Amino acid sequence: MDMSTLPKAAQLAVLGRHAPRWRPGLARKGVRALHSEVFASADEASGAGFALALALDEMDNGVTALEEKPFLWVQDAQSMRLTGRPCRAGLSDSLRHRVVHVAARKVEDALFALEEGLRCRDLAFVLGEIAGDPKAMSFTASRRLSLASEQHGVPLFLVRHDAARNLSAARLRWQVRSAASNRPCWNPDAPGRAAWQAELFRARDHAPGEWTLRDDGESLAADPSQPRTPDHGDLAGAAGAGSLAAL
Amino acid sequence: MAIWLARLALDRWRHFEKCKVGEGADSQPLALITETAHGPRVDAVNDAGREEGAAPGMMLADARTLCPQLQVAVSDPAGDLAFLERLAVWAQRWGPWSAVDAPDGLLVDVTAVAHLFGGEQRLLEDVHARFEQQGLAMRAAIAPTAGAAWALAHYGSERTILGADDDGLVRLSALPVASLRLDSDVLLVLRRLGLKRLGDLAELGRDAVQRRFRNRRSPSANPLVRMDQLLGRVPEPLLPVIATEMPLVQRRLMEPIRHRPLLDHVVADLAGDMARALEGRGEGARRLELGLWRVDGDVALRQLELAAPTRDAEHIVRLFATRLDSVDAGFGIEMVRLRAAWSEPLDLAQADLEAAAESHGTSLAACIDRLTVRLGETAVRRPVPRGSHLPERSQAWAPPLEPEPSSQEQFAFHSRPLKILDHPEQIAVLYASPDGYPKRFRWRGAVHEVTRVEGPERIAPEWWRERGNARLRDYYRIEDGEGRRYWIYRAGLADDGRGGMPDWFLQGMFA
Repeated sequence: MDMSTLPKAAQLAVLGRHAPRWRPGLARKGVRALHSEVFASADEASGAGFALALALDEMDNGVTALEEKPFLWVQDAQSMRLTGRPCRAGLSDSLRHRVVHVAARKVEDALFALEEGLRCRDLAFVLGEIAGDPKAMSFTASRRLSLASEQHGVPLFLVRHDAARNLSAARLRWQVRSAASNRPCWNPDAPGRAAWQAELFRARDHAPGEWTLRDDGESLAADPSQPRTPDHGDLAGAAGAGSLAAL
Repeated sequence: MAIWLARLALDRWRHFEKCKVGEGADSQPLALITETAHGPRVDAVNDAGREEGAAPGMMLADARTLCPQLQVAVSDPAGDLAFLERLAVWAQRWGPWSAVDAPDGLLVDVTAVAHLFGGEQRLLEDVHARFEQQGLAMRAAIAPTAGAAWALAHYGSERTILGADDDGLVRLSALPVASLRLDSDVLLVLRRLGLKRLGDLAELGRDAVQRRFRNRRSPSANPLVRMDQLLGRVPEPLLPVIATEMPLVQRRLMEPIRHRPLLDHVVADLAGDMARALEGRGEGARRLELGLWRVDGDVALRQLELAAPTRDAEHIVRLFATRLDSVDAGFGIEMVRLRAAWSEPLDLAQADLEAAAESHGTSLAACIDRLTVRLGETAVRRPVPRGSHLPERSQAWAPPLEPEPSSQEQFAFHSRPLKILDHPEQIAVLYASPDGYPKRFRWRGAVHEVTRVEGPERIAPEWWRERGNARLRDYYRIEDGEGRRYWIYRAGLADDGRGGMPDWFLQGMFA
């Protein structure tokens, strides 16, 4: 292996400063992570909803081919029991007729289905849901998925319900929970469109941060009014130890 | 030529019991029965049973009172029909095409064929001899039209031949009106009118019959049309049986194989042969059957169903690989046979100009096949709409590559959750008034404070399907203090008189 091609530690440290902050629609500019992991509670549908919003965000920007490809939605038995199955009428119009649902009994089967899906050239993206911290969902397994995804260019969004933030090869790792929605125009007392409090706690190309993201009907929008946290990337760069977050 | 297998069901039963007429199990009274809504009904009775008084069409209980020692076996109409279809193909030895005359007859076109057998008389003798060898009781007749042949086979004397020069009306006038293949209610009308023979109908005059049956269009309800068909005045199209041969490839092995690598090699060879056979026909396989014949005569059968027609040998081998794990080779496998039991047209495809696009990844159909083989048929599905208001019934799960069924558009103002629980979970709800908004609820051990509500959306029970005391549902979309959005419902109203205080359930989760 040629060591000279690898970035030096000092370069990696600087990367944190120059790397763009993540924002919705960034995938349009070619900055695109294929393997994302979304951590969420099993008592709400925010994980799957957010993963679908991310996938749509990429598709809206024309990165994924416009032709109508189906997508694979893999669930293991535990996540199906806790969070239910997808409801066709509740999906957005552009995704409704494109679901191929895989009900896997075991986590190993779910991982197999995810990998087969990533190897398929006719899929727009693959969405996986795995509950808890099963033994099979190890670093090796996530590395396999990551490699398959990058080899074939099919994005993977893996939702982890009630899971610990163990080692993983995912390029973007999110912690998501529901946020209070905007009040609808016609009935202010009704729940509005989906909103999430999303924390990007580990990313290869971006600085971590926290956003309130809303699904505004067509695409994903970040709430500009609430800058929750300062820009970790700059802080880390100043401290000279930002490489951890940037790896 | 019409052939009537008068006792087809019984002959088949006798064949499976391996006994001859009146011997063994057939010497006892026996009835073949079907289960109906009103109890078992007798379909066919053997000779011993008939002597005791049992008859087809009776209820079994009635037959038992006449003949208490009556034995029963379940009849097999589907098997009889399949057998009849095979028989129709076999009957093409006497003519270029044949048709099935369900439930127990065959029609063979023997126009200009009889001289090959030495005349029509010899032809009929040949037919009788062949059927006798098979152990099938039959009556056959030859006539210029299918209708006339049918009438003679069922109601004429044995081995009647109606030549083209004979006057059909004269020869057939003595036959009963039932020989016109009419529905039973029309036969009843004719019997009440006193018309018993074909001759009576002809004497009555065309106008009179036409007046009586002027609004009957279907041939089986209009004696005049049937009469014309019988005499060849109007054509009677028949649906011929055409044998289709499914692609089949096999390997007989010089040495029985007992080891897996060798078997894999043979299967790969067969898959290659099958791909070539299918390509020649312009078809792709949807279902494949692999038969493995062992030295001791045992056959192991492995079946594979594919999501889309394919003739990709590599793909087939890969899918069979997991199915072969459970094969017990015993003393060795001496023959392997691969058959495409179901194939669909698949055009030759232009190879992609860019070679990378072909080699990169798998196609969707191949991906689904691999998932189905490992996870099972029911694991890979997609949701399709179904005509029902109840949320859990409003979507069905269909195979992923089948076209979507047409359905009515959903109302856009009904907002539905992203996910629906398989079984709604009961929640304990605090409310100000029984029919008012929920204030707070407990679910999975946590208390949720309801801050925003929309509803109710009332979904009534499906009275045409459910029991009379099913309760309606009032659905609420709610958001709790932490922004989590749920879909909950109250089953029933406090004063609907269908049970006590209504329970609350949580059914779905919004994104």
